[in-house]
Amino acid sequence: MSYEIIGITVLWLFLYGYLIVASVDFGAGFYAYYAKVTKKGHIINQLISRYLSPVWEVTNVFFVFFFVGIVGFFPDSAYYYGTALLVPGSIAIILLAIRGSFYAFENYGSKKSNLYMFLYGATGLLIPASLSIALTLSEGGFIFEENGKVSLDYFALFTSPYSWSVVFLAIVSVLFISASFLTFYAARANDWEALKLVRKYALFWATPTIIAALTTFIALGQHNERHYQNMFDYWWMFGLSVGFFMIAMWLIYEGKRYGLAFISVMLQFFFAFFGYGISHFPYILDPYITVYENATHESTGIALIIVFIAGLFLLVPSLILLMRLFLFDADYVKGKK
Amino acid sequence: MMDLDPVLMSRLLTTITLVFHIIFATLGVGVPLMISIAEFIGIKKKDPHYIMLARRWARGFVIPVAIGVVTGTAIGLQLSLLWPEFMQAGGHVISLPLFMEVFAFFFEAIFLGIYMYTWDRFKNQMMHWWLSLPIIIGGALSAFFITTVNAFMNTPEGFKMGSNGFEAINPLETMFNPATPTKVFHVLASAYLTVAAILAAIAAFGLLRKKTKTYHKKALKLTVTLTFIFAIFTAIAGDLSAKFLAEYQPEKLAAAEWHFETEKNADLILFGWLNEDNEPEGVIRFPGLLSFLAFNDFNGEVIGLEEFPEEERPPLWIHYMFDLMVVIGFFLLGISFLYLLLSKLKRWNENNKWMLWMLVLSGPLAMLAIEFGWIYAEEGRQPWILRGYMKVEEAATTSPYVGWMFVLFLLLYIGLGVIGAVVLRKVFKNNPVEEELEKKYPTIEKGDQS
Repeated sequence: MSYEIIGITVLWLFLYGYLIVASVDFGAGFYAYYAKVTKKGHIINQLISRYLSPVWEVTNVFFVFFFVGIVGFFPDSAYYYGTALLVPGSIAIILLAIRGSFYAFENYGSKKSNLYMFLYGATGLLIPASLSIALTLSEGGFIFEENGKVSLDYFALFTSPYSWSVVFLAIVSVLFISASFLTFYAARANDWEALKLVRKYALFWATPTIIAALTTFIALGQHNERHYQNMFDYWWMFGLSVGFFMIAMWLIYEGKRYGLAFISVMLQFFFAFFGYGISHFPYILDPYITVYENATHESTGIALIIVFIAGLFLLVPSLILLMRLFLFDADYVKGKK
Repeated sequence: MMDLDPVLMSRLLTTITLVFHIIFATLGVGVPLMISIAEFIGIKKKDPHYIMLARRWARGFVIPVAIGVVTGTAIGLQLSLLWPEFMQAGGHVISLPLFMEVFAFFFEAIFLGIYMYTWDRFKNQMMHWWLSLPIIIGGALSAFFITTVNAFMNTPEGFKMGSNGFEAINPLETMFNPATPTKVFHVLASAYLTVAAILAAIAAFGLLRKKTKTYHKKALKLTVTLTFIFAIFTAIAGDLSAKFLAEYQPEKLAAAEWHFETEKNADLILFGWLNEDNEPEGVIRFPGLLSFLAFNDFNGEVIGLEEFPEEERPPLWIHYMFDLMVVIGFFLLGISFLYLLLSKLKRWNENNKWMLWMLVLSGPLAMLAIEFGWIYAEEGRQPWILRGYMKVEEAATTSPYVGWMFVLFLLLYIGLGVIGAVVLRKVFKNNPVEEELEKKYPTIEKGDQS
């Protein structure tokens, strides 16, 4: 395998990792606010903050890792995306900053202020919406280069059915992934009252997730014919995705094996995300950046891969330690520590 | 707003992000070491005061870390958003240390999370102390990696320039370029110095307000000792940096010193101003000292600005940044030495009011020195973003919206700063050290007895 392929695979894996952990975080923010508004805050807020307080920085680093990596492996993406994404990118940074810092602030705040809970909930939906713009742009038709000047066609972006369907898909996926994780986590903590509530959320958001996926698929057909056709070559990946979705739904509906259900949700998104990625190949930005033509020099690429592997040897054990201490320590989960 | 030059606005936006971020980055590198030292002394001496010190520092630390994370994310993305041409060209080279910096930070963040939430979870307290080491190492390594990037911008090496930009890149050589050793040393030493001075300022302030004396006295003794040690290291690092500049980046040293003509036995001048003929006036002059600083030899020949074309000279106002940084550095060295001297002399009370106020002042001054130092380092590289290869004006975005983004980020940083300060105050005000000591260690002697 060439270093370009390894590079894009690694990056795509990291983006997938971010998609899962960040969705849990973002969705939890929305649920915390929604529960507060509907006077059910006391039921789930403790559960949510016990999970999220120790891990939010880790979530953020997944994202940083991805964008540093993509600029490293494909420096031209800094030029095109960097110029075009100045405004949406800056807005996303500001939302992330509000969310991240308020996390730490809130930890110490004596009372949960309404403004904070609102920001926490709202950023949970706005961040995925603004980040999803980058994926929309990658399909081409929005970024143009003329006379050595890169510009973003905002009118096309805001009037495109495809870009709105991606935003919709991003938001409902976040809510679905998050609810299915919280269902598992509540079961793990033997918190039956919370479980009842979050299980209801998971079942509720399942249908919109599938509808949004279908809408996006159709809208892509109108926007980028090449990508759309390629997707049919990988029909089995999308088939697997739907299969795992059905397994997850059945388990959650039957009210058993919530851990397995969440793993199925992860696999559902894994196959959909990689099916999307592989059929997008070789374009990183249609038509300006491709994996082959715009990769960095071999020496840098190989150095990046070596660092990546060495880093994994360092990080995976540390992550396991973190998870054993917080995520899967039965007493901690139950709030006894 | 919309008509403003994108280059100027990109520079200004990067400036406010860095000026704000460096405060929290410095704390992020330095505080873990101080926490670890305090906890270690506490365990070894079985002295709950030091453990409490470590606990309270760690608790306060979480807030600057959070701001550091979000502003670090901001600058990471802004590199591509504001300087797309720079990252397109430089990405081939600097992405590697940036990548490693993310790993190092990831490592630090994971262990910080574990450390913060496990104070009472181990029977053997040393187990908990061991967890502080990866945080220190992670912090120091991220400082190292990110500093190599800045070093590369000053003395780019380890590649060939081809028709399509960088070619034949040797990643290790680019990281270990000539500026790296002195820069990393200077950054680390000054970060530890600054944090020690800030923590000393907090302890001194506590003593002035007649709070629990034993606790604050112990804190002050420890932090001032560390201030003194790291002030020495920083002075050595500063000296080595000047020698590096004289050899590899002489225009930066010359601009800082208003040294126009190449000469032997060059004088070091402090402050003053330039008259109409660009001659320094009203300066404090140290004959021959610049040559000595640059080459350890009073007869060393220091290259002057005259040897560089006018459009490639850094702005001359950086003279003040350089002077202020150096003066504050020596002030910190002097004041910490004085305190230690007084504490050795039994007749004197090192905790007198005058001394304490000077120490309170030294904290903010140390952070100002960090800011002055970085402004000097960055402005001293002008007009280059990549010295000798790419100018700042060639690297900036062409997007017309930078001005608006500047306003948004300015508001964000003001908001973060204000709220951060309010929360930090609340954390400690609602939980005074006296109460916490009594709750945690009911057997401890009352704080105010000694």
